[in-house]
Amino acid sequence: MRVPGRIFASEELIEKADREKALEQVRNVACLPGIEVASMAMPDIHWGYGFAIGGVAAFNTGEGVISPGGVGYDIACGVRLLRSDISVDEAGSRVPELVHELSRSIPAGVGRGGELRLDDRELDRLMTRGAAWAVEQGYGWPEDLEVIEDGGRFGGADPERVSPRARKRGFSQPGSLGAGNHFIEVQQVDQVFDTAAASTFGVEEGQLCIMLHSGSRGLGHQVCSEYVRVMDRVAHREGIRLPDRQLACAPIGSREGQEYFAAMACAVNFARANRQVMAHLARQACERIFGTAAERLGLDVVYDVSHNIAKFEDHEVDGTKKRLCVHRKGATRSFPPGHEEVPARYRGVGQPVIVPGDMGTASYLLKGTETAMAASFGSTCHGAGRVMGRRAAKRRIRGNELRSRLEEQGITVRAGSAASLAEEAPEAYKDIDVVVEVCHRAGLSEKVARLRPLGVIKG
Amino acid sequence: MPETKSFEIIEHTADTGIRAYGRSREQLLENAARGLFSIITDLGLVEEREVRRVEVSAPDDEALAVEWLSELLFLHETESMLFAGFKVTEKGENEIEGELRGEPYDPGRHLLLAEVKAVTYHMLEVSRRGDAWEATIVFDV
Repeated sequence: MRVPGRIFASEELIEKADREKALEQVRNVACLPGIEVASMAMPDIHWGYGFAIGGVAAFNTGEGVISPGGVGYDIACGVRLLRSDISVDEAGSRVPELVHELSRSIPAGVGRGGELRLDDRELDRLMTRGAAWAVEQGYGWPEDLEVIEDGGRFGGADPERVSPRARKRGFSQPGSLGAGNHFIEVQQVDQVFDTAAASTFGVEEGQLCIMLHSGSRGLGHQVCSEYVRVMDRVAHREGIRLPDRQLACAPIGSREGQEYFAAMACAVNFARANRQVMAHLARQACERIFGTAAERLGLDVVYDVSHNIAKFEDHEVDGTKKRLCVHRKGATRSFPPGHEEVPARYRGVGQPVIVPGDMGTASYLLKGTETAMAASFGSTCHGAGRVMGRRAAKRRIRGNELRSRLEEQGITVRAGSAASLAEEAPEAYKDIDVVVEVCHRAGLSEKVARLRPLGVIKG
Repeated sequence: MPETKSFEIIEHTADTGIRAYGRSREQLLENAARGLFSIITDLGLVEEREVRRVEVSAPDDEALAVEWLSELLFLHETESMLFAGFKVTEKGENEIEGELRGEPYDPGRHLLLAEVKAVTYHMLEVSRRGDAWEATIVFDV
């Protein structure tokens, strides 16, 4: 190990994390060249492939490496929150209608693509301009871009680095949700912890919100797969010893390292465009149900943040500012008040952090902190974290019973299949309230509001 | 006897994997492919009406297994193909040709059980004792 491991957790959470395996993964990452300070894990850590999920690792630009496995297959998987001026109490029976309308409007599920079909040139523009491309195409509002990480457009993208195969997987998929743990939820703000921050973010108790959780779909999966293969060879060439082949990596300055970053950036932009298109479809669904223009419904974007990404950021290490390549795999950036990368309108409060929970409990809106900058390269948790494998969940939980149980709690459910629903059952996850509380007490992020699901759409 | 089993599913908190067996590398790869598609769909409902051929090469046995399955996944996703029949032929030391039989996904007749995003190198292992081959492969699901 070149640096120590640093895990933020409570005793209870770490016991649920497949302790030995997850710790082994933190240790493996600590062996990679150029890693700075510590190999870190957030409280929602669980056993992943190569890097643990919930892992944060920063590498210097000298001997440091970049690793596709440290970002994950679903590049720029992330969350977007839309607020509204709609009160859930007033909306009443229109909430289930909205859930139904959303499920009709946004393609979801295994193998489902979107309505858009792009040619190569248009896909190049999408991969270069991200959410800005989508806005230019009429999906959403220019002001949305101000409250998307990196202004919705991630720099350094080079479409030349994205193979024809990755393109083929991406052509038909902008504006589609996908499957697995991705979701669209209609939520109600059920608790506000920080009134001032909530008000800055445009959020208040009783309000209806919409949360989208999705990523870069097949295009990102293919980019990651191809570069894991490339870097498997590079690591061998460079004599980098890997305790697990999935940790394959290349020096940041190497040709392969640079090419991966340029391809990853394209997938990041794809994910942002994808969520932008879906947000637009969600606004249209609201317009049909409430008979009012989305602008008048106040359906503004609160924020859009990715939790599988590698980014170049400045961090202080031993009193010196250093440019680092920060890998977050199942971790969310949590930048403090005053940071120049926090949108201007939120700069006094800190960056909004959106943490999706399981479908039966809650999701959270948090804010970034100085403590996170000092302790975790400005990172916090990204969700509840699984405790039960998908097949175990399917064996133990019947999708139809789960559906009835959720409906009894007042949660409308639309899912591709009973089995896909069972995989994502609340009991397959750690308690999100506990995960968020641990982050709050460790100072990695501070609670702003809790959102309760009213309707869930799963792929 | 493990040799009589063609594959089994292994559990992983976030993901799903397979352990495949075979009496040759060809058979091992055929069984691994069957394992992959058993995660994606109910193989019993897939008719072997269409044929696809692929060629795959890689620097070693482990990488070859990943490449082979990734190729199948690519055809599954881009052409909506479900495969139930697999025939692997060795062309060189680390080069194979695969013949795949199946049909395009039909929502009226087929089930899609999971979206497999990728074939990973995590815990990847291909081993051989005599003519008993065994592979462990984890998928990102």
